[in-house]
Amino acid sequence: MPIEVEVVSRVRQLYHTESADIVIIPGSEGELGVLPNHTPLLTTLAFGELRIVEGEDVVSFVVYGGVVDVRPHKVVVLADDAESVYELDMDQIQAARDRARQLMEEGVGGEQRAQIVQELRRAEIAAKIRSRIGERPGQRIRSLEEDNG
Amino acid sequence: MPTTREIKRRINSVKNINQVTRALEAVSASSVRKAQNAVLASRPYAQHAYDVLVNIAAQTTGIPLHPLLEVREEVNTVGVLLITGDRGLAGAYNSNIVRRAIRFVEQYERPVHWVTVGRKGRDLIRRWIAQVKADEHAPAVLKDQQIVAEFSYLPADPDVADVAQIVQILFDEFLNVPVDEVFIAYTHFINTMTQQPRVLPLLPLRPFEARSGAISELVEPDPQVKQRNRDYIYEPDAYAILNEVIPRFTELQILQAIRESLSSEHSARMVAMRNASESAETLGEALQIEFNKARQLAITSEILDIIGGVEALNQDGA
Repeated sequence: MPIEVEVVSRVRQLYHTESADIVIIPGSEGELGVLPNHTPLLTTLAFGELRIVEGEDVVSFVVYGGVVDVRPHKVVVLADDAESVYELDMDQIQAARDRARQLMEEGVGGEQRAQIVQELRRAEIAAKIRSRIGERPGQRIRSLEEDNG
Repeated sequence: MPTTREIKRRINSVKNINQVTRALEAVSASSVRKAQNAVLASRPYAQHAYDVLVNIAAQTTGIPLHPLLEVREEVNTVGVLLITGDRGLAGAYNSNIVRRAIRFVEQYERPVHWVTVGRKGRDLIRRWIAQVKADEHAPAVLKDQQIVAEFSYLPADPDVADVAQIVQILFDEFLNVPVDEVFIAYTHFINTMTQQPRVLPLLPLRPFEARSGAISELVEPDPQVKQRNRDYIYEPDAYAILNEVIPRFTELQILQAIRESLSSEHSARMVAMRNASESAETLGEALQIEFNKARQLAITSEILDIIGGVEALNQDGA
């Protein structure tokens, strides 16, 4: 029996499927792969890549923290923020990185600094995942347009 | 009788007003739709977050697992988050919600820390507090209130980042300073013609009394969920998960209330502007008739002048 997966962020629903075989989740305590009949589990999310394997296809998202609710046949990912890897734009990531680095070198303090560190971390992770996706051999990566059409 | 030129000037100004009110009406109409769509987009997250919350809360009896769930026995001071608009020209929208909040405070009889969103609310509450403090006969408890923070000119389409600061202040007030309960006063959007000002409890979070709380705006409380909780594993632990979910959820509740209020404000403005446009049209028509009469009168008197002149000439010639 396949797994039903729902990926939602605070501002939108990103993905819904009822036919996932494996879900690989970037948990805060380490990456975990969820197969059907997994024991009920609630865990917090780290920044990282969420992969949903459906037959031959892999649907991939970058999630930036949140919580995941795992039940035997259903996984609900509540991300603080998330985007599909297909939405990632290398140029934008690079720009965000440069901007954050520059601000850090100029030296800003307190709360703003924490925010910049956070943004830099996001950009680094997005970049890493994007490049990894590009290298992954032999997998057909579905585009979002295909899903919507 | 005013001259035709004076009337013409008034007709023009009424026409200008009519154009402005029509434009405002159109802008508001599109904003209502936008705000309503945003409300719907956050629903799935809210519903699931609520499930998680109830799930964990159901497992614990007695000691609350998270400080934001702690119901205090004695309520000394309350916080009120008041959501209003920055601008007027929205009928009774701003004064309705402010009046509702004031009535609540008068009945609840506790010292109040206000947090206001929107310029109108801030000004009205500030004026009311000054009035109460100057009034010798006002109950002493009403004099013990202040605005602790105010936010105005939020973006037209606020998102989670815009409410983060508001949420932070409310948490600080609740966790560190002696505010024992936080209420939220906002305007619930029913439809374009009807909006309802409401005051609902926000903090502490009471997951099982969802129907009476501000949560009801966001989720369908599910009575089944209590039984659904099985032997869950928590990683790293229940507190860490609650600590992730509760602030996010509260943020969404506030954001949702702001969006509801925005929808209400825009509808109220739309209706007010439509009425204004109609009045302007009626006035314009009345003025046009008056203008025609004045013009006719002027022509008549001119003709009379001319005829009088001709008569005089004829008599001279005779």
